Amino acid sequence: MATTTENLSSPSIENNSDEEDEGGRAAFAAQKKHKMSPPSVGTVDRPSSIRRSSLLLSPEWDMERKSLRHLGDLDDDDQIRIAYFPNIPTIQDVATNEGDDDKPAVDVSAPRRSLFKTKTHATVSSDEEWSTASVTSDSLSDFDDNDDHTVTGIWQNVPEAPPDAILGIAAAYKACEHPQKVNICVGAYRDDNGNPYVLPTVRKAEYRLLEQNEVKEYLPIEGDRDFVYCAMKFAYGREMDIENHVAAVQSLSGTGACMLGGQFLAQFWGSDHPIYVPNPTWGNHIKIFKQCGLKVRKYRYYDRSKNALDFEGMLKDIKRAKDGSIILLHACAHNPTGCDPTMEQWKEIVSLISSKSHIAFFDSAYQGFATGNSEKDAQAFRYAVSQHVPILLAQSFAKNFGLYGERVGTLSIVCGDVVQKEHIMSELRSIIRPLYSSPPRHGSSIVKTILMDPALKEEYYQECAKMAIRIKKMRKKLEEALQVAGSIHDWSHITKQIGMFAYTGMDEAMCKQLTEEFSIFLTTNGRISMAGLNNTNLTYVANAIQTVTAGKTITA
Amino acid sequence: MKSHQSALTIILLSCVLTTTAFSATASSTEASTNVWRDVPPGPPDAILGIAQAFRECTAENKVNVCVGAYRDEKGQPWVLPSVRSAEEIMLSSENKEYLPIEGDAAFVNKALRFAYGANAPLDRIAGVQTLSGTGACRIGGEFLSQFYSSKNILVPDPTWGNHHKIFKECGLTVGTYRYYDRSTNRLDLQGMLEDLRNAPDGSTILLHACAHNPTGCDPTDEQWDQLLDVIRQKQHLIFFDSAYQGFASGDAEADAKALRRVMDAGYPMLLAQSFAKNFGLYGERCGTLSVVCHDVAQKDILMSQLKCIVRPMYSSPPKHGSSIVRTVLSDEKLTQQYYQECASMADRIQTMRQRLVQALQNVGSSHDWSHISEQIGMFAFTGMSAEMCDTLTDQYNIFLTRDGRISIAGLNDDNLGYVAKAIHSVTDGKSITSN
Repeated sequence: MATTTENLSSPSIENNSDEEDEGGRAAFAAQKKHKMSPPSVGTVDRPSSIRRSSLLLSPEWDMERKSLRHLGDLDDDDQIRIAYFPNIPTIQDVATNEGDDDKPAVDVSAPRRSLFKTKTHATVSSDEEWSTASVTSDSLSDFDDNDDHTVTGIWQNVPEAPPDAILGIAAAYKACEHPQKVNICVGAYRDDNGNPYVLPTVRKAEYRLLEQNEVKEYLPIEGDRDFVYCAMKFAYGREMDIENHVAAVQSLSGTGACMLGGQFLAQFWGSDHPIYVPNPTWGNHIKIFKQCGLKVRKYRYYDRSKNALDFEGMLKDIKRAKDGSIILLHACAHNPTGCDPTMEQWKEIVSLISSKSHIAFFDSAYQGFATGNSEKDAQAFRYAVSQHVPILLAQSFAKNFGLYGERVGTLSIVCGDVVQKEHIMSELRSIIRPLYSSPPRHGSSIVKTILMDPALKEEYYQECAKMAIRIKKMRKKLEEALQVAGSIHDWSHITKQIGMFAYTGMDEAMCKQLTEEFSIFLTTNGRISMAGLNNTNLTYVANAIQTVTAGKTITA
Repeated sequence: MKSHQSALTIILLSCVLTTTAFSATASSTEASTNVWRDVPPGPPDAILGIAQAFRECTAENKVNVCVGAYRDEKGQPWVLPSVRSAEEIMLSSENKEYLPIEGDAAFVNKALRFAYGANAPLDRIAGVQTLSGTGACRIGGEFLSQFYSSKNILVPDPTWGNHHKIFKECGLTVGTYRYYDRSTNRLDLQGMLEDLRNAPDGSTILLHACAHNPTGCDPTDEQWDQLLDVIRQKQHLIFFDSAYQGFASGDAEADAKALRRVMDAGYPMLLAQSFAKNFGLYGERCGTLSVVCHDVAQKDILMSQLKCIVRPMYSSPPKHGSSIVRTVLSDEKLTQQYYQECASMADRIQTMRQRLVQALQNVGSSHDWSHISEQIGMFAFTGMSAEMCDTLTDQYNIFLTRDGRISIAGLNDDNLGYVAKAIHSVTDGKSITSN
């Protein structure tokens, strides 16, 4: 297969590595929000659908950002935007009610309304005139040039959305002609030659599907039942009573699972319960949950002054959140920091969540891929379940099975009994049906084939562990290479961190320099993809990092 | 002694392991009980219920004419050989990397070419890969909700049930226009024109590109002229849903005639395209949504906004189905082979359609079943009432939707006679038209 240049389209939509540019968008028109409390028992009427916030930056989002800048500096989105798109204007400050949960920032009673009214017709003033001004028989077109409601006019007021920051980096990498260029922006595994890697067991499963003439019929709305069952056992362990206590549906990988979970929560937990995401987090989390109509807030997570977890800050913010909030937690291998709580810390977090009656929404994108041991990587959310904390689990098979583009995942909700489960399933189906009817079957068939065959399953665990081991090795080697290159910084956080990424602590200027001087492409928050490192480019990268960080600080 | 020691070690180890592993058993979920107690059951899905009932039915003579997927002469699902060949090629040529947000560009190009024709100006058509037709309608609806001046969308009465749900979820106001005249079992052109005239200017009008689901009743060329006149006068926006191109008549070019006429004539339009039926890719979820733009610059702008809609929904589309379509349509031989396979499906359905009408006459039905012969596509809208359908199911184990729609694909040599007799029994002496 081709080199990394082949796959430059992929960084633009890496599921766990993108921090997209929010900042270039001006605040737009009112969003209609539907304030809901959970329906009472016995209600059959479904609440009318929640109108989601505009995807464009709303005034409320601006309010969020201002109130949550704990450290007083720009957050990641700003940094990326400034680095690559210096001419895009920053967010317009809009006067809003700051931090007040009860008063909506905008008038929620106003109907949603596009700002882009069609232009009034300059040349016609009445219906009659319009009809006489229309088509002549000789033209192919049924319209004349003065019609604004033609293809010419109709979309002329649609504004351009700001470009995807990661796409800019990917495009720059592709265009770069430097012979030693390195892509450590990529959020997909690469082998030691820098090539994409399809797991051998995945290929075997595909051969088997062909040999068995697997049909292409529609899956049920909730997906492939056998696949979902396997996925649940994989996540929750052998002893979990899936049949009675887990409502689970197949989803479009992790993004789709987060989206379904967010929709469910907005409708049945109430959009007045905010969701708290770690600061920083995968950029798309914020977009997804806002689009579901949830209020998105952040909790402190990473301490840049120590390049370690800000555990005290995290606990304080979770405690400060009003009871019944939703807390988004990365199950392991936090993206982008790679910094996970210890098991002891997890126990405290879960205990606090329980005492606040919060809901824990776990995003599990690296089970097996983080430590190489899939049981170990599941401990955090399994502990939460054992402590009776209500959880949602977004599960992705993109990384651990290397099935990125097949979009395989699940959303599950642990519940009290089988009646609740049935109700939840039916509501999830109602959400899925008008979105995409049913999920794509190829990826789930692959996972199912592997997990249901003991021999293939064993092979798979080894392949997954190998990926994790290579990444761990690269971490160690990078730390050593940095020392060999003469760096006197404490780089131990690189080996302490876990998962695909290293959050180096380099600032935006250093990252820019890495790119401009050394043709090393990464995101400006200092995050590098360990998967993009290999024996060929390691020394070069270490030397470059040493050069840009010498004499400067890598803590904030 | 050694074996005892190792056994002991094993036991001790497993104790340690079970105490440190947090097993989430039934009792662990007690407190979770309260949280979701009030979630009500969602509305049941009508079609699913019928499919379920069919599965559970133990009668030997049961017939499934509810299914919206092609079945061969033996009543079996059919994977097109060209699709299989593509998959074999893909085993060595494809990796599993993420597609871009907008999907596989080469696939989208082939797909739009397939729809809009050889001379279409693809460079000014904004197209994204979607999760089949449903996904395309959803993305299109979200786009309209955000960027189009009118929040009204009108769908035909009747239409595919999910259209209503999808556009409502997008925040659009869904209305209907008269489409099918149940008293004649034909297109209700006057009603359609009237409703389009009465709709607010600039409304979005959903039109089935061909093989209307569920009625199988499409406007003729002359009727299209009249429709477009009104649409132009009212400045309506056309949203085509194309789920049967090639599958309807067997001729992919012919099935695209209406949408191409509209595009060539300069009407603003959106197109939801599905490869579920014509490529038999149902569960792979393969389709596109496209918006015709004024020029390349505008197309780029629209692409940027379409991507913003996709990203928080599912980041990027699934690649298996699109790779199949791209592989087939990029290979001359496979393309030719594909066209023949698709035509063969359409042929079998067309044949069954005629034979059903014949069989109904043979068993003595005096009704005018000509609408069945004239209808096009996978379904026949028989005109049977809900009560007749219930009887068909309860007494004859024939499973269909209660609007009287049957899937011709579900008919074959084995069940045709039986079905004809049953239909005759429930309709004899009663009316298959209503006012």
